[in-house]
Amino acid sequence: MSTLLISGGRVIDPANNIDCIADVLIENSRIVAVTAGIAGRTQSAPGPGTIVIDATGRIVSPGFIDTHVSLREPGFEEDESTATGTAAALAGGFTAIAAMPDTNPVVDTRSAAEFIRLQADRARNCRVFALGAVTKESKGEELAEIGQLVEGGAVGFTDGRHAVANAEVMRRALEYTRMFDRPILHFAMVPELTDGGVMHEGFESTRLGLRGIPAAAQDIMTGRDIALAELTDGRVHLMSVTTRDSVDRIRAAQARGLKVTADVTPHHLLLTDALMDSFDTMFKCLPPLRSQDHIDALIAGLKDGTLSAISADHQPLAAEKKQVELDIAPFGISGLETLLPVCVKALIEPGHLTWPELIARLTTGPASILGLPLGTLSVGQLADITLIDPTEQWTVNASEFRSKSRNTPFDGQRFTGRVTTVIVDGEVRYRR
Amino acid sequence: MQLSEIPLSGLWGEPHLLGLERLSSEQLTTVLDLAAHYDQITHGGTQRLDVLRGQVVANLFFENSTRTRTSFSLAARRLGADTVDFSASSSSLSKGETFIDTALTIEAMGVDLVVCRHRTPGAPHLLARHLKAGVLNAGDGTHEHPTQGLLDIYTIRRQRGRIAGLTVALVGDIRHSRVARSNIHGLVTLGARVIVCGPATLIPNDIARLGVEVAYNLDEILPEVDCVNLLRVQFERQRGAFFPSIAEYAHFYGMNGDRIRRAKDSLLVLAPGPINRGVELTPEVADGPHSAILNQVSNGLLIRMACLTLLTQERRKRQEARS
Repeated sequence: MSTLLISGGRVIDPANNIDCIADVLIENSRIVAVTAGIAGRTQSAPGPGTIVIDATGRIVSPGFIDTHVSLREPGFEEDESTATGTAAALAGGFTAIAAMPDTNPVVDTRSAAEFIRLQADRARNCRVFALGAVTKESKGEELAEIGQLVEGGAVGFTDGRHAVANAEVMRRALEYTRMFDRPILHFAMVPELTDGGVMHEGFESTRLGLRGIPAAAQDIMTGRDIALAELTDGRVHLMSVTTRDSVDRIRAAQARGLKVTADVTPHHLLLTDALMDSFDTMFKCLPPLRSQDHIDALIAGLKDGTLSAISADHQPLAAEKKQVELDIAPFGISGLETLLPVCVKALIEPGHLTWPELIARLTTGPASILGLPLGTLSVGQLADITLIDPTEQWTVNASEFRSKSRNTPFDGQRFTGRVTTVIVDGEVRYRR
Repeated sequence: MQLSEIPLSGLWGEPHLLGLERLSSEQLTTVLDLAAHYDQITHGGTQRLDVLRGQVVANLFFENSTRTRTSFSLAARRLGADTVDFSASSSSLSKGETFIDTALTIEAMGVDLVVCRHRTPGAPHLLARHLKAGVLNAGDGTHEHPTQGLLDIYTIRRQRGRIAGLTVALVGDIRHSRVARSNIHGLVTLGARVIVCGPATLIPNDIARLGVEVAYNLDEILPEVDCVNLLRVQFERQRGAFFPSIAEYAHFYGMNGDRIRRAKDSLLVLAPGPINRGVELTPEVADGPHSAILNQVSNGLLIRMACLTLLTQERRKRQEARS
């Protein structure tokens, strides 16, 4: 019997409304006790083979969960592999991630979904859940074999960063997935208003002469998806919400009881479109970095729970793909390993969110979106735990990323707050 | 005549010329004054100098341009520099070599200044980050075209003696025009009143924040205007239809004899070209007494000579400071 004791940390478990100094006892991959008193007892009689982790000064959080991560394998191994992507996830504090089906071939069959899980088992880093494609080859035309994908382990469906532009196809998909109680994770952008764009449309795009992507591109599709959720009673999860109007629409839809959820990325909370005047491709992401008024609305949406999850929206890209002209460079930021410190800077330091609120958006929020029995420190739960040093100051060094790719706009920047230890299934898988 | 004999008439201090947005009125005036000086001592740019002897200027044109490239080449040679021309009409990626690798290769041949024309905004900024050579933006997509802006401003100043207090209308496709942005930055900094005028589809919503006024009706503003700069309708940059027809565009925004007669007698007509006769302006206007279109071309040579000189002076100053 293996026993692990995490002693003396600030245990934050939003699901059970716990925020206090306590010890967490783990036996055989499950949490068996969370109490302030264990340390005294075990110190007097530490069981043979008990490993003690001193968590003094640390935050003890349920392991983070990300609703959409691009692992790029198979097909784009120059950017990332399952092994490197899950190693990056661990370093970022994630114990479970859902893998985007935007591979080559696309995950639109049961065998493709099973390959994702097989590779994750081999890597033995964090848990990986497959997301299946909504449509065959993610072309937006015919439904993929959704039922068989569910049998292959798919926890949700998405066409990745392609919107399901055809409203009829989206309607059928929402109706069909209802049978399996799985969400559709949608990238709500109107293609006609997005294609060819490089950055947020506004004063900065006017000044820089760069083709803009208006906020309306996201607002319109968000509105359509909400209407279809109402029509079908289906579950829609909107990925990477970036606009004020989208937040308002989602809030109103939730108030009406519709099954609409949404997430936001750390970079959309900290960076504005004004940074594009560096013409640096590292800032090029989709949806694009918006202006401060949108950021304020996103933070309000996070605070009141309209946006119930934060996703790194990890999109690793090989160096040569980003070292080109701005218009031909692909969109995307490698985000797993900087998520926590960026959230601290954007949300904790200015006082927008408390630590329990932030941790809820990284644990219970995403777990509930994907219907996963994870994200808590409840007794009897699988022991997926992340330890954080909330005061450590450090400088991001992209060359030390565990991800194969270094496409980050945060390289060389100083942050506070760092993941120190990650436990998956009762086993220490990451320690710094 | 040596480089040291060219007077430094004022403030400069820039190793690259990427745009006019961040230049002060003193810096802009320095370029204009040096161009005027070159006009005098070379009799309109016809005499050769050896101010840039031993310098190598590379023209890296990733987008077709005959006029600007020829003007830069001639300006460099008039100053005694050697020139290297590199043209790639297609995207660098289609050749399998990245844009930066191409530029590094050219630089390795011993190039001092790189003149870059590219269809992507920010491409010269990318070069400036990667190269040791000085970079001169000869037009980056729909962002800026600083030497065109400077030569337009120089032309106005020559004809009218000043910039401050004049009303200049930029007419046409503002959205896709790098010439418009460079003109706006330079003219506003130097104290002109700038009106942008064109179809609403071709005027971005936020343009007023650059310090300009917006008008959709050319006839209403024309009586107040000292200079109109007729931007080319950029058919190649437009995606989809921004106005119903060429005829409708010409009807509302084309400069013709009727409009000239309703404008100030002293109206100055500029067009960065190449002009579409019958669209932005009629032949009557293009070849008429108000037109300064051909002056713009010869002034372009002087402005480019001035820019190449200032960048070389600044780079030499920095080299001397290092050694």
